[in-house]
Amino acid sequence: MTTIIEAAPGRKAAPGRDGAPTPMLSIRGLQTFYGKICALKGIDMDVNEGEIVTLIGANGAGKSTLMMTIFGSPRAREGSITYEGRDITRLPTHEIARLEIAQSPEGRRIFPRMTVYENLQMGAAINGFAHFDRDLERAFTIFPRLKERAQQRGGTLSGGEQQMLAIARALMSRPRLLLLDEPSLGLAPLIVKQIFDVIRDLNKTEGLTVFLVEQNAFHALKLADRGYVMVNGLITLSGTGKELLSRPEVRAAYLEGGH
Amino acid sequence: MLMDTKTPVPGAASTAARPAPPFDAVAALKSAAFSGAVTLGLGFPLLAYDTHPDISNALVVLPRWSWAIWAAVIVFAGRFIGLMVGARPRAAKRPQQLRVPSRSEGFVKANLAWFAVAALVAFPLVMVGALGANGSLKWINNYGIQILIYVMLGWGLNIVVGLAGLLDLGYVAFYAVGAYSYALLSTTYGLSFWICLPLAGILAAFWGMILGFPVLRLRGDYLAIVTLAFGEIIRIVLINWTDLTNGYAGISAIPRATFFGVPFKDGEGGFADLFGIEYNPIQRTIFLFYVILALALLTNAVTLRLRRLPVGRAWEALREDEIACRSLGINTVNTKLTAFALGAMFGGFAGSFFAVRQAFVSPESFTFIESATILAIVVLGGMGSQIGVALAATVLIGGTELLRELDFLKRIFGDGFDPVQYRMLIFGGGMVLMMIWRPRGIIATRSPSIFLKERKAISGDMVKEGHG
Ligand SMILES: Nc1ncnc2c1ncn2[C@@H]1O[C@H](COP(=O)(O)OP(=O)(O)O)[C@@H](O)[C@H]1O
Ligand SMILES: [Mg+2]
Repeated sequence: MTTIIEAAPGRKAAPGRDGAPTPMLSIRGLQTFYGKICALKGIDMDVNEGEIVTLIGANGAGKSTLMMTIFGSPRAREGSITYEGRDITRLPTHEIARLEIAQSPEGRRIFPRMTVYENLQMGAAINGFAHFDRDLERAFTIFPRLKERAQQRGGTLSGGEQQMLAIARALMSRPRLLLLDEPSLGLAPLIVKQIFDVIRDLNKTEGLTVFLVEQNAFHALKLADRGYVMVNGLITLSGTGKELLSRPEVRAAYLEGGH
Repeated sequence: MLMDTKTPVPGAASTAARPAPPFDAVAALKSAAFSGAVTLGLGFPLLAYDTHPDISNALVVLPRWSWAIWAAVIVFAGRFIGLMVGARPRAAKRPQQLRVPSRSEGFVKANLAWFAVAALVAFPLVMVGALGANGSLKWINNYGIQILIYVMLGWGLNIVVGLAGLLDLGYVAFYAVGAYSYALLSTTYGLSFWICLPLAGILAAFWGMILGFPVLRLRGDYLAIVTLAFGEIIRIVLINWTDLTNGYAGISAIPRATFFGVPFKDGEGGFADLFGIEYNPIQRTIFLFYVILALALLTNAVTLRLRRLPVGRAWEALREDEIACRSLGINTVNTKLTAFALGAMFGGFAGSFFAVRQAFVSPESFTFIESATILAIVVLGGMGSQIGVALAATVLIGGTELLRELDFLKRIFGDGFDPVQYRMLIFGGGMVLMMIWRPRGIIATRSPSIFLKERKAISGDMVKEGHG
């Protein structure tokens, strides 16, 4: 019998971060259409291993479309998406999810009639429940609230708890890259802070790479290593979180304007 | 009577401490009067005049005002009493919360299912013992077998509609495929029932996939329309492809069920001869009862088992949220196709049983009303609940059979009265009542599947309460 090397939660970033790192996720010239409407008009973007990268932009800019396109639905019409050197542009959605990429889609989308526990099971379905018990413990350590509510139906959780569940469910597949779409949507500031703290911790302690789509630009940019600003299906600005926070355009459009 | 209504409702005073809305007699009277007026208006064309052709085929209209007035009065009184009763404070409803059943409760429940199975196994023998061969035939055949067929169909459709959430209005198509598969294979190639049964299931599953592929992208009402059309296509093909199916005339002289090769016949080499008992036609009926019981239990066992496996989970998750499923890496195409195929397979099994029982099939047995009945069973049963589906099938199908027996009503309403004709009316009324009282079906709660951690939690509880 071969010894299975434990994929311990504290996974180290792959070597090759220094020098010229090849990005973990690399998007080039990506275009996505809804019928005739062009939602993404040629996106270039990189996410390096171990980073938190945020994408900010107004409502309808195309942020969710980009996140879903990475997951293959809708499909990109032009351009390429490369994950760890492999072209995944045309891969079926369920196979993309097998590549240790997990996604928490916009609006949380937990299963309302299933219990918290069953929701978490669904998150682990993809790797065949191989280390389910341990991952469940980990999810409950990250979000103790979920442990108390394990037998409650997802639909009866509060908004913040549902978001925790959505993230915990995505983590159950042991992803190395986590895509989060507006986790702060409709949540009280205190809960937003909790959730962002969790994201930071996961990144710091486990080396989880995070791609965070947000409208809450201030918190997102403070948290992120790097950020991109999207306007009408195009990336207009990019830089480190600090840089973007100090840019007058960003301040005017996303920080002081009311968001 | 009017005086009475003005006085406070008895019981209201004693419970006045609770902040319950007081009974407003005037408002209730108004509401009841309104309902009565609506009934009068609606009943006017239907009840107030009796229309029928006379000998020369001319229309005769006889006023029948008393009917309309009686209907209005009944609705008025019913509404008023309903409001009166409804105004009384009821015990506060328990919040809809997931309750972890205690172990003893679960034990009883688990055994209840076994008791039910045991009762069903004993049913035909008890019936024969109590009523004799002739007296029991009706109960075993018209009630037992007929209900079990629909229980099985309900459980099969439940996989598609209840678990996977794919609204299928053409389920009868698979029933037809199964029935014709057996009919054609047995009459053409002389294959036995036990060989045809799996073949019929496979063929039906195949047709389930054929239906599944084009509708993969559809949901809800669009899916319903396409499946409805699919059911009709199958039926119309059966009618028109006369070379193969003999059209409206159907296929007759289908070989009857044998006891694993031993025919149920009088004399040498028959079932009775083999077991050294006296021949009686009811032996075949009893055998058929056990066959459909076994098939239905198989459907149930497979469904229950699958619900705990990843594929069953994926069905349920798919019903809840398809996009979330995709983002979790579930192959939604395969998930949907397996639901369609499995549901269809059980429909096919049931169909081939139907053919062997009737020894005759024709397109008339596979009309939309069958699909609607099966769907009604699933919906009334509570979309996904196995016990609910079984109860609903018993009530709907057993109820229809009961209506046939209400001959005494003829003595009340005259000889022309046929209670079976009122079946749909009663169905409709029953559904309206269900919508009011149990809008989510007979068994509305979905029991979460059992798992390790829950057991631990239960034993912890029991220790605390001193049951352990
Ligand atoms: N399913 C869809 N069909 C057609 N148009 C869509 C669809 N989803 C999004 N869009 C359009 O694409 C654009 C980008 O939307 P989205 O990616 O949701 O923006 P964001 O997430 O930045 O708010 C919007 O103009 C939106 O109307
Ligand atoms: Mg969005």
